[in-house]
Amino acid sequence: MLTASEKRIIREIQNDLPLSERPFAEIADRTGVTEEEVLQTVDSLLQRGLMRRFGAALRHTRVGYKANALVVWRAPEDRVEEIGTRVASYREVTHCYQREPLPGWPYNLYAMVHKHTQAECLEVIRSISKEIEIDDYLMLFSTRELKRASMLYFVED
Amino acid sequence: MQLDSIDRQLLNLIQKQIPVSSRPYADIGAELGLTEAEVISRIERLKKSHIIRRMGGFFDSRKMGYAGTLCAMRVPEARIEEVAGIINGYYQVTHNYIRDYEYNMWFTVLAPTPEQRNRIIEEIKNRTGIGDLMSLPAKRLFKISVKFDVSEVGHANRE
Repeated sequence: MLTASEKRIIREIQNDLPLSERPFAEIADRTGVTEEEVLQTVDSLLQRGLMRRFGAALRHTRVGYKANALVVWRAPEDRVEEIGTRVASYREVTHCYQREPLPGWPYNLYAMVHKHTQAECLEVIRSISKEIEIDDYLMLFSTRELKRASMLYFVED
Repeated sequence: MQLDSIDRQLLNLIQKQIPVSSRPYADIGAELGLTEAEVISRIERLKKSHIIRRMGGFFDSRKMGYAGTLCAMRVPEARIEEVAGIINGYYQVTHNYIRDYEYNMWFTVLAPTPEQRNRIIEEIKNRTGIGDLMSLPAKRLFKISVKFDVSEVGHANRE
C-alpha cells in the first residue's frame, strides 16, 4: 500500500515542518529524494485520504478552549447512523464515534465537545441531547491532561 | 501572549491547510499580505508561546491500517501519577486525560496491528495491577475535525 519512500517521507512529516524558506527541500535532503517527490507524495497522501490534513494543530487551552467533555449517549442501535451524523454536524463537536457497548456500559455514541467554559459545554450538550431526544447520557469533563501527542507511524519498520 | 488580528487570521488559515508548495510560507504571506520572513517569525513566536503544538501531516489511522481503541480505567486517586507514568511511556498512547467519573483515566491506544494493541492493554493491566479497564474500539467514525476557530478570541489564555 505504501512504498518505502512514502514511509520515509511520512516519518518526516509526522514531525514538525521546518521553519525555513524551503521546508520540503529540507525534508527531501533528509530522505534522499527530490523536493518535487516530497511535494507529490504529500499531495498524493492527501488525495488518497491517508492524510486527513496538512496543517497546524493548536494547543486548544491556549486559544481559549479551556473546557472539554467526552459525552456518551445511549442511542437506539437502529438510529445510530442518523443521530451520529446530526451530532457530528455541531461545530463544537471535534470527534464523534460509534463504539460497541459493554456489559454494564450501555453507551454507544461518543463525542468530544470543546468550548471556552464548562457552562458553555453544558449548554451545547443539553441542546444536542434535546435535538436527538436522548436523555440517557453522561458528560465526562476533563480535569487534567496527562498526555497529548501525535502518533508516530512506522517506527518499527 | 496577546494575539493580534493577523495572528488570528494566520492561525485559522494554517489550521485548515499549509500550502504543499516549494515556498509555503511565502504563499501564506501572499494570502495575508505579509512577507515570507514575517510569516516565519510569527509562526516561530506562536510556537514559542505554545499556541501551535505542531505543523505537519495528520493521518487517518484507519486508512493507514492501524488499530485503535479508547480505554477507560478506574485508578485510585493516589496512584494517578504512577499509573500515568506507566501508560504514557507507550508511544502508542497518544492521549490521556483525567475525567470526572468513576472510570477516571481515559486514554487512547493506537498500534500497527490489533494484536499489538491488545497486547499493550494486557501489559498495562499487568504492570499496574488494575484490571478494571474498558476497551472501547470505534465501530464507525462520524467526525474528526480538530480545528479551533480563533477569530473571536481576543487573547490567548495565560497559564
